[in-house]
Amino acid sequence: MTTQLSIPTRWARFRDSYLLYSFKRTWSAQLCLAIFLCLVLAAFMAPWLAPTNPYDLSQIDILDSELPPFWIEGAVERYTLGTDAQGRDLLSIILYGTRVSLVIGFGAVILQAILGVTFGLLAGYLGGRVDAILMRLADIQLSFSTLMVAIVVGAVVKATLGSSFYSQYAVLMLILIIGLAEWPQYARTVRASVLAEKSKEYVDAARVMGLGSRRIMFRHVLPNTLSPVFVISTVQIANAIISEAALSFLGLGMPETHPSLGSLIKSGFDYIQSGSWWITLIPGAVLVVLVLVINLLGDWLRDVMNPRLYKG
Amino acid sequence: MSLLEVSDLDVRFALRQGEVRALRNVSFSLDRGERLGIVGESGAGKSVAAFTLLNLIARPGFIAGGSIRFDGQELTGLSDRTLRKVRGNRISMIFQDPMMTLNPVLSIGEQMIECLRAHRRISRREARTIALHKLRQVQIPSPETRLDQYPHELSGGMRQRIIIAIALLLDPDIIIADEPTTALDVTIQAEIMALLLELCEKHNVGLILITHDLGVVSQVTQRMLVMYAGRVIEQGPTREIINDPQHPYTQGLMNALPQMATPGERLNQIPGSMPSLSNLPIGCAFHPRCGFANDANGQPRRACREVVPEFVNSGNCRVACHMVAAMLEEEQRLAKEQTS
Amino acid sequence: MTHVANVPASAVTATTSGGQATSPSALLEIHELTKRFSLSGDFLEQLRFKGGRLVRHQEHVHAINGVSLDIRRGEALCVVGESGCGKSTVARIVMGLLSPSSGEIRYDGQRIDHLSARQLLPYRKRMQMIFQNPYASLNPRMTIQQTLEEPLRLHHPDWSRERVRDKVVEVMTSVGIDPDWGKRFGHEFSGGQRQRIAIARALAVDPEFIVADEPISALDVSIQAQVLNLLMDAQQRHDLTYLFITHDLAVVEHFGTRVAVMYLGTVCEVAPTATLFASPRHPYTQALMSAIPRLEDDRPQHIRLSGEVPTPVNLPSGCVFHARCPHANERCRREVPSLIAREDGTKVACHGVEEGRL
Repeated sequence: MTTQLSIPTRWARFRDSYLLYSFKRTWSAQLCLAIFLCLVLAAFMAPWLAPTNPYDLSQIDILDSELPPFWIEGAVERYTLGTDAQGRDLLSIILYGTRVSLVIGFGAVILQAILGVTFGLLAGYLGGRVDAILMRLADIQLSFSTLMVAIVVGAVVKATLGSSFYSQYAVLMLILIIGLAEWPQYARTVRASVLAEKSKEYVDAARVMGLGSRRIMFRHVLPNTLSPVFVISTVQIANAIISEAALSFLGLGMPETHPSLGSLIKSGFDYIQSGSWWITLIPGAVLVVLVLVINLLGDWLRDVMNPRLYKG
Repeated sequence: MSLLEVSDLDVRFALRQGEVRALRNVSFSLDRGERLGIVGESGAGKSVAAFTLLNLIARPGFIAGGSIRFDGQELTGLSDRTLRKVRGNRISMIFQDPMMTLNPVLSIGEQMIECLRAHRRISRREARTIALHKLRQVQIPSPETRLDQYPHELSGGMRQRIIIAIALLLDPDIIIADEPTTALDVTIQAEIMALLLELCEKHNVGLILITHDLGVVSQVTQRMLVMYAGRVIEQGPTREIINDPQHPYTQGLMNALPQMATPGERLNQIPGSMPSLSNLPIGCAFHPRCGFANDANGQPRRACREVVPEFVNSGNCRVACHMVAAMLEEEQRLAKEQTS
Repeated sequence: MTHVANVPASAVTATTSGGQATSPSALLEIHELTKRFSLSGDFLEQLRFKGGRLVRHQEHVHAINGVSLDIRRGEALCVVGESGCGKSTVARIVMGLLSPSSGEIRYDGQRIDHLSARQLLPYRKRMQMIFQNPYASLNPRMTIQQTLEEPLRLHHPDWSRERVRDKVVEVMTSVGIDPDWGKRFGHEFSGGQRQRIAIARALAVDPEFIVADEPISALDVSIQAQVLNLLMDAQQRHDLTYLFITHDLAVVEHFGTRVAVMYLGTVCEVAPTATLFASPRHPYTQALMSAIPRLEDDRPQHIRLSGEVPTPVNLPSGCVFHARCPHANERCRREVPSLIAREDGTKVACHGVEEGRL
C-alpha cells in the first residue's frame, strides 16, 4: 500500500479519465466536435472572416440581388455562395446569422440552467411545500408552449414599447423567452438527482457536522448533480437554436436587418419557387449540421457519463 | 473420479488498463454429495470462480486456460446451448440477492413452472405439483397461496427459501451458493443455512458455498478453499484448516475475528488491504501484509518477494506458502536425521 | 433508579422533564422515544372513499415504540437487533437527523431533541457520527483535505489556516492515513481507508460522544479488525463514549461495555456485556445468541424461531415478540411488558422473566 505516493494533478486526472479515453476511441465524437468548433469559431470570427459586412447598408447593392452560388452559371465571383433578395452576400450573412443563433442558443440555455438548477435544487433538497409549489409551477410552465410564450411576450412588448424597441432588443428578448419557457427540463432533472444524492450518507455527515442547508445544498449536493446537467445542456442548446429558428421563421424572432439562421431561411422561403433556392437551403443546411453535431455530441456524452454503462 | 473436477483454471478480464488476471491456477474437485466452501474477502475472486463454473462470466471476462470437467464432460468451450442442459438442470445457483434470480413481474408459480418446462417435457399441471412439493420441502407455510404471489409480497427470508426451492427444482447434482445468507438477518440466516444443509444431505446434492464468513463455512462444509488475490492459497478438510490454519493469511483471518480476542483487548489485525488484481505484488501476493515475509532477524525473505509459492502438502491440506514449505523441509530433514 | 418503558404504540407519552430521576453519570438519556413514519403521502393522497364517505386514511410505520436508554460517560453502549428493529432510527434521532414523534433526548442534562439547527451547533462539536457505508459517506467531489478541513473551519472560525492544516495532519496520522494523501479524492481509497477517513472527520472536532451506525458491516473481515482496533484506540486516547449500532453479536461481545437488544422498535434487554453473554434472559436474546455461527466443531444447535419479524405497520398486541416466542402465553399476547431492572444490573422486558417461569 506504500506504492503510488504521487498525487495526480488535475491535468493528469483528466488525461487518465474515461471521458478522454472514450473520446479518443469514438471517431464520430471527434468529427462532431471538430465541425462544431469550426462553426463556432467561424461564427464568432465573422467580422474578420466575412467578405462583406451585411449590417452595413452602404456595402449592399440591390442590383446584386438573387445572384446564384459559384457553381451555377451566372455567378459573380465576389459572392461565393451567391446573394439574397436584398443583395447581401450569403456567406457573410450566414456567418453573422450563425453567430446570432449561437448567442441566443447559449444565452437561453445559461438562463434555463440558472433558473432550473436553482429551483430543482431547492425543490429536491427542501422538499415538502417548497417542492410542491416549485414543481407545480414547472408543470404550468411546461403546459405553455415556447411559441405561445413568445407570441404573448412579443405582442405585449411590441404594443407597449413599440416594434423598433423590440427589434433593437430582439436577441435579449429571445434569450428571455426561450430561457423562461424551458427551465422546467433542468429543474426536473436536477430535482431527481438531488433526491438521489440527498439520501446518501455524506449529506447526513454534513448535517451532523452542523453545516447550514445553504452550504450543504451548494457545496455538497450541487456538484454531485452536475453530470446530468451537462448532458441535457447539449440537447437543450440544440433545442434552443431550433426554437429560435422556428420563432424567427414565424416572424416572431430576429428582424430581417439583423437575421439569424431562422430568419434567413424565412426570408429566402418566398423566392424558393422563383428558382433562388439557395437563399433558403444553404442557411437551412448550416442549421441542420449545427444541430446535428450538437445532438450527436450530447448522445456520446450521455453514454460516457452514464455510470451504469461502464464500471471501473 | 470426482463429479466436478476443476484444474488450472485461469480467468482474465480485458480492461482498458490492460488484462487483469482474476483467477490463476485454481484447481479443486467435488465429489457427489460433498460440501465445499470457498472463503475469501471481496476481490479475492471467489465469485468469479462460481460464475466461471457455469460459464456465466460476461465480457470483458474470459476463460484463458484450464479445464472444468463435470461428470466426465468438459464444460469450457461448450456452446451456450449445450451448456444450458447442464446449467440450471444439473448444476444450479443461489445468489446473494434473491431479486437477482426472481423476476419481479412473474408470480412465484409461473417462474417455477417455466423453469421446469424449459428442461423437461411435462404438462403445466405436473409442473405445478412438483413446484408445490419443492415449496413444502423448503418448509414454506401455505405453499398453495405462495405459488400465486409475487416476489415483492414476500419477506427476504421467504424469498431465499423460494430460491432454494427453485435451485432444487430439477434435482441437481450440485448447488453453487454465492453468499446465500449475507443479506439476511442473523436469526433468518441460521435457519436458511440449516435448511440448505439438511436438504443437501437428504438428497445427496453437492454444495459449493461461497462466503466470507468462516463461521458458516466451518459449520456447513467438509472441505474448503481459501482464496487471496485470485489464487487458492490453502485447501483441505474444513475442520483441519479451522483448527490449525497453516497459511499466514488464513491464520490472520481467523485471528482477526472478535471471538479470538479477549473482550476489550485489541484485535489481532492483518495490516494493509488486499492488493488490486491489476497491481499485484511480485512473488507471493500476500507478502506485503505477511508477518513471515521477514525472517527472525528482520531481514526480508527473498523467496517471498520474488517467487510465487507452489503448493506443498501439509497433512491433508495443500498450502501455497514459502514459510510452510521451509518448515516442512526442516521437519523432514530432522526426521531423516533421527532415523539415520 | 428504574425506567419504566411501558408504552403501547398508540399512546402518546405525556411525561415532562420533572419526574425523571437522572443518574449523574449518564451522558445521554433517551426517554420514552417514539418515531412513526407516515406511509400515506400528503394530505390529498390520504383521502379515501369508504362507505360513501370521504375519510382521511393514514398508515404509519412504527419504527420506535417507547425506547428508554441511558448512556454513561466513557462506556460503549452497543445496540443490537435485526434489520428493521429501529436501531439505526434511534441513532439518527440522537444525532438530530430525524425528529422524534414523541419522547425526550437529553445530552449532559440538557434537552436537545427540540433544538433548532443553530441551537444545536455547540452540541455538534461534542457529538459526532460514523456511518455504515464508507463508499457513500465521503463527498465524491471533495478531496480528503477539504473533507477534513470543513468541520474545523465551521466550529473554529478563529483558527488560522496553519492551525487548521496542522489539526488535519494530526487526525489523519492518528487514524493511520498518510497526510500526504490529502489532495486525493475519496474514491481513490479502499473501503477500509475510507472508513478511517470518515472516523478522522468525526474525530477532527474532538468530540466526547460518537454514534457509530454499523461502522464495520460493509468491510471485509481483516479490515473490520483494523477499524475496530482504531475505534478502541480512539476511545482510550480521547476518552470517548460510544453508541454503537450493530447486528453482529461477535463484535458486541468484544467491543461493548453494555448491550441493549432491540426487537421491532422496543428494547427487550439491557445488560452489561459479560452478563448478557453468560446468561441471556430474554427469549429473543437467547435465540439471537444461539444463531451466531461459531468456529467450534458442533452442528448449529440454535433455537429455531418460528415465523418472521412482523411488519412495524401493524404492530402485534402485547409483547412484540409473542408471535415468535416459544414461551408466549395469554398475558404476553395481551399486555406490553415493561423493562424491569433486576438485581444483577440487567433490565429485561419479558413477562416470563418477571414471573420467574423463564
